[in-house]
Amino acid sequence: MLAFLQSLLQMVWKTVTDQPSPKSLFLSHVPEEWRPLVSAFLSVLPIVMVFPMLFALTTVVERKGLGRIQNRPGPNRVGPAGFLQFAADGIKAIIKEDVVPRAADRVVHFIAPLVLVVPVLLSYSVLPFGRNLVPIDLDTGLLFFFAVGAVTELAVFMAGWSSRNKYSLLGATRAIAQMISYEIPLILSALTVVMVVGTLSLPAIAEAQGPAPGGWLCRWHFFTPWGFAGFWLFLVAACAEANRSPFDLPEGESEIIAGYYLEYSGFKFALFFLGEYLGLFAASGLGITLFLGGWHAPFAFLEGWIPGWVWFLGKLVALILLFIWVRGTLPRVRMDQLMNFAWKFMLPLTLVNMLGAGLWHFLTNPIARWGLPAVLIGGAYVVLGRGLMPRSRVGPRVYRYAD
Amino acid sequence: MLGGGIVKGMVETARNFLGSYTDEARLTTVEYPEERIPAKENARQFPFLVFDGADPMAGLRCVACQICEKECPPQCIYIVKDTAKKPDYTGKLQFQPKVFNIDLSVCMSCQICVEVCPFDAIKMDTEYELARTDRFGALVFDKNRLAKPNAYFHKLHPTDGAEVDGRLAAEKAKAEAKAKADAEAKLKAAAEAKAKAAAAAAAAPPVAPPPASPPAA
Amino acid sequence: MNGITLILGLVTLAGALASVALRNLVHCALGLMVAFAGLAGLYLSLGAQFVGLVQVLVYIGAVGIVFIFAILLTRGGGSESGSLFSTSWAVGGGIALAVTGVMAAALLQSPSLDRGSVRAAGPTVRQVGESLMADYVIPLEVMALLLTAAAIGAIIVAMPEKGDPGAPPQPPPG
Repeated sequence: MLAFLQSLLQMVWKTVTDQPSPKSLFLSHVPEEWRPLVSAFLSVLPIVMVFPMLFALTTVVERKGLGRIQNRPGPNRVGPAGFLQFAADGIKAIIKEDVVPRAADRVVHFIAPLVLVVPVLLSYSVLPFGRNLVPIDLDTGLLFFFAVGAVTELAVFMAGWSSRNKYSLLGATRAIAQMISYEIPLILSALTVVMVVGTLSLPAIAEAQGPAPGGWLCRWHFFTPWGFAGFWLFLVAACAEANRSPFDLPEGESEIIAGYYLEYSGFKFALFFLGEYLGLFAASGLGITLFLGGWHAPFAFLEGWIPGWVWFLGKLVALILLFIWVRGTLPRVRMDQLMNFAWKFMLPLTLVNMLGAGLWHFLTNPIARWGLPAVLIGGAYVVLGRGLMPRSRVGPRVYRYAD
Repeated sequence: MLGGGIVKGMVETARNFLGSYTDEARLTTVEYPEERIPAKENARQFPFLVFDGADPMAGLRCVACQICEKECPPQCIYIVKDTAKKPDYTGKLQFQPKVFNIDLSVCMSCQICVEVCPFDAIKMDTEYELARTDRFGALVFDKNRLAKPNAYFHKLHPTDGAEVDGRLAAEKAKAEAKAKADAEAKLKAAAEAKAKAAAAAAAAPPVAPPPASPPAA
Repeated sequence: MNGITLILGLVTLAGALASVALRNLVHCALGLMVAFAGLAGLYLSLGAQFVGLVQVLVYIGAVGIVFIFAILLTRGGGSESGSLFSTSWAVGGGIALAVTGVMAAALLQSPSLDRGSVRAAGPTVRQVGESLMADYVIPLEVMALLLTAAAIGAIIVAMPEKGDPGAPPQPPPG
């Protein structure tokens, strides 16, 4: 019994300090036939505990941050400085009446939130959270992530269609159109990393961004011209993919009320909320892994003595705060602006970015290697941005019928 | 610069975010239960009935004329006249309400009852914490709950209260002056009649005295 | 046959049955999606990661959504009335049986049945990519060209002609 407890503590210690194979000693105390199950459980449990908790805290921080941006104090009643607001919201969501419209397709209506949340949670299984903290080291991790993410569209459709409400269906079609449009730039911007690193395995991609031998800076892809552009493209596409402001048209309170989850109440609504935020966290985690060095520190001298998961979590929180900040700043875009931005700006720019990554991969002269992709991507950014701007149709207003 | 607008906006929101922590004056929120904005003088929420003197029921200005009941757009006032009369502020006998109910759940705070009342008997309260735990009985205000002293009215609407009081005092003074004049006239008439009668009696005793009937005061 | 294969097979079968037996067309499409997911699970459990994940990405993420949109845009997702069975069900059954028979015969004669146990996983993603980019690069490029041409054609078909009274109003500038 004592040895068992000791091995348990050692597992926790090894996990916290980033040592390899943290579970091995503990699993040796478990009967042979139970080992795969217990091992899987030990991998799943932290994900299911940490990220919904992060979601809960994010909702409070978001509401407080948005409030401060608008010169309001934000929620400040429940708990110290209002930080227990999520508990109040959660209790409210659970005890609220679960209203299902009479005309709704009850089975599909019930399944839709689960179809949304489960794949999102699955996508966490390939993210490397720390040096030795990856639930499944899949050779095709990136492909797995995007494949699982594609199921979200189906869940959104199921929710919108089964509610039998015109606003729900409109919201669902908007959301699906948006997700399909932005999935292409999302995947293409992620592909640059695959081109340069040459693997689809996310732990290997994170590993490749460690400190250069003898260098003081880590080789994050963010510090390269194509990686810098790719990161921002990825972030914008991920933002649109998660239906987040300023791309939150599927919600569009002013015109379609709440979009596809209009007819959901109580805990099912909370599940949609959870799914949306978990999707955003997963996409941020992928962005961190692909471009921001994964669990690597930015500088070589910080590497090693601060555990990797601290860096990962820190970057994740920074990205979440950035998303909140953007939400507090930018107004919602219009549907035609959204589509124009996806197809006339994001898509060509990601293609040019892939070209830049190819140049980076094959050129050896450092000046050409840095300059050529930078000039190429910068030029494409300016040209495409100019093309996206409205033609100068601004002039004195003409009243056609008044005169 | 492309995208410069976004950066500018982000800087602006960041300034607001940080400024809200350093500069308390930026926060416009009033933390309601602890602090509250004092009501404006012309604020209005729900009507109440004004009474004079110490006894609410005896001093009620309402004369149950039912004008407000008829004018109320959502029909939230219910009045039953009492058969017994009571004197009003000038001392004249008037009707009084036996039942005067206003339904809070129906009232729309339009103040039309106040506008039409010829007796300045109904005024608007500024109290807004009117939530009750009982949905039915507690939302119907009877005349005991509606009656508020004149001083309360003055506290809420000082200008209006002074104007109303001045008018009422003037009316009362006028009525009193009239009553006094009438009484004097009566007295005078009676004295004249008496003098005349005496003179007539002195002149021609067999003639009957004129009917002493001065106009009703 | 282990438990996972059995469960996945049953799920696939149930989805496939639902996709032909249900009345509501959207339910049928969702049943088809379940069948796709079951198939993807079978591929994954056999170690073919690339095929399994592409099955999810393409069939559920793209083909399924196209199905659903086609149903929504053409029939409004209403239920069909009338008998579930076609009048020519006997012919259809015969054809299905014949196809099953041919496939079963081919499978039974296939040399892959001879192997004792499950071999190592099939081609890895790296091998798939290398053969696509080295051996089959010209077919790949031809297919890409064909798809691009199809996409351009679709845009031209959908583009409103100038002066077309039925054309949707142009969005405001911005």
